[in-house]
Amino acid sequence: MSTRVYDLAHSRAGDKGNTSNISVIAYDEAGWQRLRQQLTADYVFDAFRHIAAGPVQRYELPNLRALNFVIHNALGGGVTVSLAKDPHGKTLSYLMLNIVLPE
Amino acid sequence: MHGALDYLVFECLAERTIARETLTKLGNPALGYTPNLTDRLGAVLKTCVDNGTRIVTNMGAANPQGARRALRRWAQDNQVAMGPVAVVEGDDVLEQIRANPGMKMLECGEPIESILPQVTSANAYLGADVVAEALSTGAQLVITGRVADPALFLGCMLHGLGWSYDDYARLGVGTFAGHLLECGTQLSGGCFADPGRKEVGDLAHVGLPFADVGVNGDLSLGKMASQGGRLDISTCSEQALYEIHDPASYTTPDCVLDITQMRFTQVAPDRVAVHGVRARPRTDSYKVTVGYKAGWQGEGEIGYAGPNALGRARLSAAIVKQRLEESGHTFLDYRVDYIGYSSLHGEFGQFAEPYEVRLRISGRSQSKQAAQALGFEVKTLNLNGPAGAGGTSSAVREVIGVKSILMPRSWVHPVVSLEAA
Repeated sequence: MSTRVYDLAHSRAGDKGNTSNISVIAYDEAGWQRLRQQLTADYVFDAFRHIAAGPVQRYELPNLRALNFVIHNALGGGVTVSLAKDPHGKTLSYLMLNIVLPE
Repeated sequence: MHGALDYLVFECLAERTIARETLTKLGNPALGYTPNLTDRLGAVLKTCVDNGTRIVTNMGAANPQGARRALRRWAQDNQVAMGPVAVVEGDDVLEQIRANPGMKMLECGEPIESILPQVTSANAYLGADVVAEALSTGAQLVITGRVADPALFLGCMLHGLGWSYDDYARLGVGTFAGHLLECGTQLSGGCFADPGRKEVGDLAHVGLPFADVGVNGDLSLGKMASQGGRLDISTCSEQALYEIHDPASYTTPDCVLDITQMRFTQVAPDRVAVHGVRARPRTDSYKVTVGYKAGWQGEGEIGYAGPNALGRARLSAAIVKQRLEESGHTFLDYRVDYIGYSSLHGEFGQFAEPYEVRLRISGRSQSKQAAQALGFEVKTLNLNGPAGAGGTSSAVREVIGVKSILMPRSWVHPVVSLEAA
């Protein structure tokens, strides 16, 4: 049975210009350790490559058991001129949660 | 009021709202503030006046004085004895932009000159100092244009708790409190529920959050037990990182916030305490949002269902693209979405064919005619396109884009004025 990020964490997406930031907050310590190890910036970029030019940065917040991903060039040229149905990329938190982790 | 609030803050401006309201004001000089200003404030004004709760809002948008006049008229018509209103202006820096067209845009590094003919507005994100100054006039209500969202809240703390504008430990706490509160229910159960996994009670009556802030910088967040929603470490953690990039360096006009050592503690139901917030001195510039006319967006939608719905939608998309090209219409940006299939996360992996799919085509062009033609071509698929098409819609709108620049503080001159009671 494969493990998705959804099984270990919750998430919220925010926007600034053409950049999306997406938090990943682990439900418990075991999930946090696994996500910290496996959910790298490169791994996340692979899941977003079809909509984002990148780069992707990752920040760690151990006190919150959280990772914060900053995905550049991800919002159709910027919220205000984007043609996307969801120009703010609010739904992208669930693209993050849909990522399947390595075995 | 059950929450015994000292201050009630209405943060109501999105990134390009002022750019849009600037155009509204050009059409009618009395307008240009947030259109539902009196609906929103009218709902709470009498209660706030009776309880001594002071109100701070950025609903002045592109016309804070117009907002003041509209609200005063509303208060007179509804016989609410509202105290004096203070107005914050000076966020409008369009003249400074025009005089310095070489300034570089943060997004692309190009000089502002390259879009100057299309520029309609430029507004600096003012800081908490000017909000505190407005409150120090004794005003019942403070109306601003562009002020940094957390600064609306921090300004109340500077004034109410007598904090120094150079006390960065406290500025950090107040800024973080404002950051957590600025999106309202996003701290108290909004944007959170996922049935079966993350439950939120009585979301239909979700309550707004409040902050209790002590003079020494003690901070806790809460919501009324009588309201629905949920406020705990999980909801606070999601909102803590909302629209934050580097958590060690979140720049506001008041300070540079660092939440990397921050901890939440659940101290009671719906009550979370905050520790470990840090801040560094503010930078020497203001962030400025520049609004510009970015062309016209046209879009059209049409629906398909049943066998080969996606195939018929794809054929329609190809027809529209061909007909627009043959007509010589050009687009700066063009996008095809299959709603119910790939409109939100794009096409990746192997999805099952959807039973229903709604084709949406959108394009941005310098030409209004091109934008209109796009919607028209989608609509005519009803008759002229593939089988079983229904439910068409189309729209055209002018696009207001925004760019950002940094402006030296010394160029910006905030002004506070107090009306007579």
